[in-house]
Formats: sequence, C-alpha cells, structure tokens
Amino acid sequence: MIFLNFFISGISLGSIYAIIALGYTMVYGIAKMLNFAHGDVIMVGAYVCFYAISRYGLNPLLGVVIAMAACTLLGIIVERLAYKPLRQAPSLAVLITAIGMSYFLQNTALLLWSSNPKVFPSIIGRGAFKLFDGALSVSHVTVLTIATCLVIMIVLSLFISKTKLGKAMRACSEDKGAAQLMGINVNATISLTFAIGSGLAAIAGALLCSAYPTLMPTTGSLPGIKAFTAAVFGGIGSIPGAFLGGIMLGVIEIFAKAYISSQLSDAVVFAVLIVVLLVKPSGLLGKQLQEKV
Amino acid sequence: MRSEELEVRSENPTPVLKVDNINVYYGSIHAIKGISFEVYDGEIVTLIGANGAGKSTTLNTISGLLHPSTGGVSFLGESLAKIQPHKVVERGLAQVPEGRRVFAQMTVQENLEMGAFTQNSQANISDDLEKVYSLFPRLKERMKQTAGTLSGGEQQMLAMGRALMSRPKLLMLDEPSMGLAPILVEQIFDIIADLHKTGATILLVEQNAQMALSIASRGYVMETGKIVTTGTGKELLASEAVRKAYLGG
Repeated sequence: MIFLNFFISGISLGSIYAIIALGYTMVYGIAKMLNFAHGDVIMVGAYVCFYAISRYGLNPLLGVVIAMAACTLLGIIVERLAYKPLRQAPSLAVLITAIGMSYFLQNTALLLWSSNPKVFPSIIGRGAFKLFDGALSVSHVTVLTIATCLVIMIVLSLFISKTKLGKAMRACSEDKGAAQLMGINVNATISLTFAIGSGLAAIAGALLCSAYPTLMPTTGSLPGIKAFTAAVFGGIGSIPGAFLGGIMLGVIEIFAKAYISSQLSDAVVFAVLIVVLLVKPSGLLGKQLQEKV
Repeated sequence: MRSEELEVRSENPTPVLKVDNINVYYGSIHAIKGISFEVYDGEIVTLIGANGAGKSTTLNTISGLLHPSTGGVSFLGESLAKIQPHKVVERGLAQVPEGRRVFAQMTVQENLEMGAFTQNSQANISDDLEKVYSLFPRLKERMKQTAGTLSGGEQQMLAMGRALMSRPKLLMLDEPSMGLAPILVEQIFDIIADLHKTGATILLVEQNAQMALSIASRGYVMETGKIVTTGTGKELLASEAVRKAYLGG
C-alpha cells in the first residue's frame, strides 16, 4: 500500500513535469531552441495566481485563468523581444539569450515580490480521498494534477493532429521555408507555440505550488530543469515523449527518494537519464529521421 | 535576340508576372545582375542555365524569400515589394521548391491539406483534393502514408500536387527533374505539359534544357546572374549557341 502511495505521488509529480516538458518540447520542435526561461514562466504564473487568490480573494479557478492569460502574454512578449531578432543567429547566441532571460525573470520577480517565501494557498484545498479504510490517502491536489495532465495531453494531441493550425505547426517544425511557401505565417506559428507553452506553464505553476506551497523567485528553476530533462528523456520535439518522460521522471524521483536516499534522488534521476541517452540517444520516443531521397 | 523583339502571343497585355531589372545580392556576392522577363497568361516560360546561374535565386526573389536591392517584381499588375512571403501565396503564386521539400513526417493527404492552407472553403479543398488525386493516382493509393516513405518521383508529384492545392494563377517549378530517373523525368514533364493544356501558367526552372525547351512556349537562358539569350522554345532548341552550351553539342 505504501508502494502504491509512492507510485501515485510519483505520477502526480511526473504530471507536473510533463505539463512543463510539453512547453519545452513544443518550442524546441518548432523554433529549434531550448527556452531555458520556461521554468521561470512557471514561477511568474504561480505568483500571479497567488496574488489573485490571496490578495484579491478571487476564486482559485479564476486565479489560474488570470495566471494563464498573464503567462501567455509573457511568453509572446519574451519571444518577440528576445528570440525573434535572433531567428537567423547561431544557436549558441539564442541559448545564452534564453539563460539571460531566465535570470532576468528571476531578478525581476525578486524586485517585485522580494525573496521572502510566500505560502501558496492550494487551488483545491488540502483534503484527501481515503481509500481501503484509510490505508491509502490520495490528496485532492494529486487527483486534480493527474486529471489535468491527462486532459491537456489529449486536447493537445488532438489539436496537433487534427486542426489546421496544429498541422501548420507540424509543417513549420519540419521545414519553415516550405511551410512559408504554403502560405503559413511562420512567425505567427512560433508565437502561438510560445503562447501555448507559457499558458501550460501557468497551470503547472499553480499545480506545483498547490502540492509544494513554498513560492519564491527561484521556485521555477529546478522543476524547469527537471522538466527539460524529462523532455530530453522522452525525446525532445515529441509530445507523447514529453508526457512519458515527465511521468517516468516523477515516478523515478519519488521512488529514489523513498527507497534509496532523499539526498541522492536527483542524482538517481540524472543517472537514469544518462543511461537512457547512452542506449537511445534520441530519447525514448525521439524521432529517428528516415527519409528516402 | 533581345526580349523586346519577341512577339508576345497573348491577348492579355498585362503579364501575369513581370520581373523588372532586379539586382539581388547574397552579402557581397552579386547573384542576380539586372534581369527582366515576363510570363503571360497560359504560357510555360522556362529559365534554363547551368548550376549557379541564379535560376533558383530568381525564383526565391519572386516568392519573396529574398529581396532585390533594386528593381521589382509585379504579379497580376501589382508590385510584390512590400508583401510578406506567406501572403504571396494568397495572391495566387505557388512555388514547388528545389529538392521537393515535402513534409516527410506528415501523410500525403496532410501535405496536400497544407498546400490548401490559404483556402478557406472546405468544399473547394475537397474538390481540389479529388483533382490532384485524379492527376496523380499514385498519390491517392498512398494518401495515408507519410511523405518520407515515398519514392523521389512520387515526392515530386506530391510537391506539385501540394502547390496546385493553393489554386495558383502562376505555378513556379524549381528543378522538377532533379535526381529523378530518365523515365520519371519524362513522366513529370508530361504532367507539366498536361497542366499547361488545362490552362495553367507555368514558370519552369531547369538544368535539363532539352526537356524544358521541348514543352516551353518561351525560354530565357541565364548565365552568371544575367539573361544572355531568349526566344521561343523551338528557336532556342535550334540555336547553335544554346546547343553548344546546354544541350551537349
């Protein structure tokens, strides 16, 4: 029963990683860049949500919606100001800009909201479902997190595979020049990708802080790195890969904490990543490009 | 022979495409040196010339991927100077790029749907899909396959079908014969000739001068960024200079 408890916590944590990893992987797939500021967008989302709920007393759901709107806007602005001018620049310049943007967001948060940790109010309360005569307790946040991740995954997959805009995103991710010759507005498509990724980051921020209520300007950075790891683990650029990578990373992390050592859990996580990449360098579900010429 | 001396066999005095004295630079390299030409309604016009003559650069300038430093391009009488590349397609200019560049991980059908990205009427898109599938039955057989699994000839057909999905008023083909077996090259050129018979206006860029001139209404010969000769397809095929330089004696 304890095992099951850990497993459910792992899936819940993994769901948060998966939602964040989706942002990394979609942006990588389309803009071919690693947006290292993505983790900090989570933090901004969590702060916006915190102020909406705690200071202005809004309904938690409304708070999340406001946070999503704010992060979507932030994502579009960051892309427009920092990354778009570097569309033709070497990837190293873009990478360094992304790291710089990450520090910029953290330090702006420090100025605006100070370094004092805020206690984040759970968006769904602290209750729990008791199962098996109380032997298994699953918090409402856990259930909400897993359910949200599943819904996001299904909606996003349908969007990408069925809608015209989703298909245009896939076309851009394969060949921007050819996509442009189809009449697809590549810049608008990249903006849309950042918007979706950042909106999801806001949801991840609210869920993350509902489960782990300490909110600081650096709150987003470690989950951001872990989710990036999850995206690489699953195969960067692949949406099901981000989902699978996120869930697995969460489960491995919780099991390592429970059964090996809580200090070494991150080391275990990264060791697994290294082994996976040694065996399958493109990640679990990474695309092996085969093209007949 | 200069272009002004050519008799224009068209009732419509406004060319579909008019390239007016464009100069294009890649950094400091002067790739296109003041070329001008026109394509009239219902014509197949071909640009021929050796590798590096500037043929693809010319096409990419027309479709707005590159910008001329001087001179301009007008399409159906309107300048394309301030139009973004993705907007050019909406106006009826479709390009089949060199190397085909189909979306390898998308299915044949999805590739064709992307070609219709600027079209908003679902009924028209369905009609056009039927037309493309009847023009290229091979594509219909493979509609659910990903484009990366097609052979080179099939990919060329897909790239052409994809461009037709945007209902172009001018179809620009960049080296459609590249990398294809001779039998397939003939098939592709037969299809281009068929398209022409149904009224399509085509600008064809080719290294295979023999094939291109045999179906072209008119041709322009390019050499190191300039147009050196022009004439009807027949005239160029018969021309001593063109024979020597491009048709292997």
